[in-house]
Amino acid sequence: MVIGASCGGLAALAQIFALLPAGYPLPVLVAQHLHPLQDEGFSLHLGARCPLPIKVADEKEAIAGGQIYFAPPNYHLLVEKDLTLALSVDERVQFSRPSVDVLFESAAEAYGSRLVGVVLTGANSDGADGLRMIKARGGLAVAQDPATAVADCMPRAAIAAVAVDHVLPLDGIGLLLAALGRP
Amino acid sequence: MDRDAIEEIEVALLLEAVFRRYGYDFRHYSKASIQRRVKHFMARSSVERIADVTARLLHDQEFFQRLIEDFSVPVTEMFRDPDVYAFLRREVVPFLRTYPFLKVWHAGCASGEEVYSLAILLKEEGLYDRTTIYATDFNEVVLDKARSGIYHIRDVKKYLDNYRRAGGTGSLHDYFDAHYDSVIMAKALKKNITFARHNLASDQVFGEMHLILCRNVLIYFDRSLQNRVLNLFDESLVRCGFLCLGKKETLRFSEVRDRFLEVSSTMQVYRKKCSDEDVLMLDKTASAGEKTLP
Repeated sequence: MVIGASCGGLAALAQIFALLPAGYPLPVLVAQHLHPLQDEGFSLHLGARCPLPIKVADEKEAIAGGQIYFAPPNYHLLVEKDLTLALSVDERVQFSRPSVDVLFESAAEAYGSRLVGVVLTGANSDGADGLRMIKARGGLAVAQDPATAVADCMPRAAIAAVAVDHVLPLDGIGLLLAALGRP
Repeated sequence: MDRDAIEEIEVALLLEAVFRRYGYDFRHYSKASIQRRVKHFMARSSVERIADVTARLLHDQEFFQRLIEDFSVPVTEMFRDPDVYAFLRREVVPFLRTYPFLKVWHAGCASGEEVYSLAILLKEEGLYDRTTIYATDFNEVVLDKARSGIYHIRDVKKYLDNYRRAGGTGSLHDYFDAHYDSVIMAKALKKNITFARHNLASDQVFGEMHLILCRNVLIYFDRSLQNRVLNLFDESLVRCGFLCLGKKETLRFSEVRDRFLEVSSTMQVYRKKCSDEDVLMLDKTASAGEKTLP
């Protein structure tokens, strides 16, 4: 599953991740907008309160279930068809690198209908195009309830662009993702 | 067969056509990034199918030129990753100082921002006058931009901040002139820089280097091409020469890993091994953080 977040995202992600049980079988890929000079310490900070292992993605890493991967600051994160991770320093998309659209679109092509895309809080419209592509390939589209978002632009843009399957507050998203991981 | 599977075939055929018609080999590039660039190019040129791009580029050279420009979107900045430049200044420059003359290869230099950054660093350390910098890229269009040294003024604020974080000892303003909405890098910085076309996917060694920088290029290559390029760097470096990669690039999974010492795992700076004696001496003289690869 892929998650995109911007302003207010780290706190939102922490709330969702706390609801994913140890032994969760699905991989989670995250594009979170950060300052380009941010070091990779943010993932450790987040990892301290999450039952699942969290890491910053390395290039050509094979995607493993039960692992949370973050796009490195100032790099796009992409999924290859062979389900390995790729990084790029291509130009910003929606003023962002990492861009949610870049992650979502490449993941949609690699996973097809098996993909779940989640757009969380954020102050631009990154993620809307990517979520549309996930939905077009039969995947599941989820947006945070804008009324509960620190910045409601991003989920609003997603809801306007896509017939999303679920609009939920953060704990609802956490419970949904946990349920999707149960056999 | 679904649309994505058909597109995969189309991309493979496109890359084959580019290679056989024009000699540029993108067949060992990361597929996800190439696909994005092809789509981007299609949107800009109002072409609907990838196969149509292939058909047209075979016969239309000008069309191919536009594609190749999109394929090598140069996205860099002056003193990108300032901590890396601060590290080079602090930990690598003292070794470079021991050579009577210096050869530096900046491979995949794109539009040149990082080449001028290094030139500034060497100037401030008093090494520039005995240095030749070879700045190479496969793309003539971006090389021309690098050669001109003209950049948009909107980016300068960021460069000033990067320069300060990179431990710049002077004022960045001393190295360029502002003209309307552009800045032009100073002639004195260009003096010892040679810009030249070199394709890492197909070209050979062209000189003996003391330092090679190749940052955020290998992430676009598959493992076989990465190994080709790293072997090329190994052959090009003098004994104990330095190699600086992008922050998310590593020698750890490469064929050449045993031929290099890791100087810094966070900065991805390596040093080519030489004899056991040299290694012992290195251990004594170099920074405490230096160690062999696990």
